[in-house]
Amino acid sequence: MNIFDVIGPVMIGPSSSHTAGAVRLGNLAFAILGEGVKEAVIGLHGSFAQTYRGHGTDLALAAGLQGWATDDSRIPKSFDSAKEAEIEISFTTINLGDLSHPNSVRFWMTGVNGNKCTVTGASIGGGRVVVTNIDDFPVEFSGDFPAILTMHRDRPGAIALVTSILSTQGVNVAQMKVFRKQKGGLAAMIVETDQPIDDAAFEVIGKLPHIQSVRRIQLV
Amino acid sequence: MEEKLSLQEWIDLAETENKSFGDFCIEFQAKELEMDKRVLLERMEEMLHVMEQSVVIGLTGITSMGGLVGGNGKKVETYRAESADKSVVGSVMSKAIMIALAVGEANASMGRIVAAPTAGASGTLPAVLFSLSEARGSSMDELGKALIVAGAIGMVIASRASLSGAAGGCQAECGSAAAMAAGAAVELYGGSPEQVGQAVAITLKNMLGLVCDPVAGLVEVPCVKRNAGAAAQAMVAAEMALAGICSVIPVDEVIDAMAAVGNAMSCTLKETAQGGLAVSPTGILLANKLFAKVES
Ligand code: SF4
Repeated sequence: MNIFDVIGPVMIGPSSSHTAGAVRLGNLAFAILGEGVKEAVIGLHGSFAQTYRGHGTDLALAAGLQGWATDDSRIPKSFDSAKEAEIEISFTTINLGDLSHPNSVRFWMTGVNGNKCTVTGASIGGGRVVVTNIDDFPVEFSGDFPAILTMHRDRPGAIALVTSILSTQGVNVAQMKVFRKQKGGLAAMIVETDQPIDDAAFEVIGKLPHIQSVRRIQLV
Repeated sequence: MEEKLSLQEWIDLAETENKSFGDFCIEFQAKELEMDKRVLLERMEEMLHVMEQSVVIGLTGITSMGGLVGGNGKKVETYRAESADKSVVGSVMSKAIMIALAVGEANASMGRIVAAPTAGASGTLPAVLFSLSEARGSSMDELGKALIVAGAIGMVIASRASLSGAAGGCQAECGSAAAMAAGAAVELYGGSPEQVGQAVAITLKNMLGLVCDPVAGLVEVPCVKRNAGAAAQAMVAAEMALAGICSVIPVDEVIDAMAAVGNAMSCTLKETAQGGLAVSPTGILLANKLFAKVES
């Protein structure tokens, strides 16, 4: 913790967990989709479902999906701007079960190029967030670091190839997690890095054997 | 586990180096962040500018998202203009009350604020800093330094206890904001490092045990008015410390006591809206009304 964690951040109120954290969750969902949002259905769970109007959680999530920062003064008007950009956003309350964090949200998104993606995450306090599920893969990452997310076949060497590309580009791996549903099936990997991943490395990784898709997640 | 910070340790260092606590903190923090002192001060001044803007937003008389608060900062502004001779607390503190309410209301209506230390308690520091700086004619640099003092105090509280209502009750949010503001006030008035520590200790002692019980779970009631209360507590403690009054219990021990009280506090009193004012008959009525609105 440093002094700017105490004096700051600058944010749009009223709540770091229900407003600032919601913007960040929207940012992450948008980044994971990897293209402009055309349509999003947003499910709110627990405390998010109960208090979202009073905290502007809905406005904050919509702002996040448009890539805005947590201190953007336009946040209270994010619905208007979405409408203008012809982004369809709707809300519903959902029950993700007792084990889910009370400030959880699920995004069902369709992008402007027709890609679909479902992202679940939670706002865990002080504006910090965690993404817990992407397209039915249980995952765990915070968005605090630049990251890449791959979907790949669970085969020997698939992971090593990715990290070797990163290392030749001088990108240091801060954290790495692999998730799979069954041995030899489809697996998801999240690699969080100290340096941003440039276009060249990103493209090469996408063409590696066993890699089905790769997304780059870079928050401001 | 990381080693806990100690406010007394920093105070002692500042005293032996014969520096004001503000000068000590700015050097210490600049080194820690590997940042130029000037740049650090400028970043603090940017925060102060945002705070000034929050006051302006608040004084336009907005209504909050939940509709439970709004317009009270403006009421105090009008009272100050029309009934100055009837001020109970005098002009400086009445200005602090006005600013605390204005920023709290700006926050509750999705205005831009500095979470210092949190969004819920964001009215306290601007209230104390701006009302006193106007009275003293302080420069932006002096205010920036006072803000760094506040930040340093907050870091120690975060390390030994907590700054969040969910973890430690409102004593950790508004209490910490008040303690930070009290230290900043002593710095602004040229007090010694030791006096900064006394002001922090006295403030926290006076706010020990304050629960977090927001009506309908929103950062509105009692949060906004509590910022005004916290600002007043900070000023009361700063006055005592500057007069040479000492806290019998040393500052780090007071912070530890706050942590212990926070841990002993029932979960119903830590931001869950299941206790205190949140479950008063009116609190429940308001919550039901708001939730009905959500459902419809
Ligand atoms: S009552 Fe709770 S939510 Fe309100 S300011 Fe205090 S700690 Fe924050």
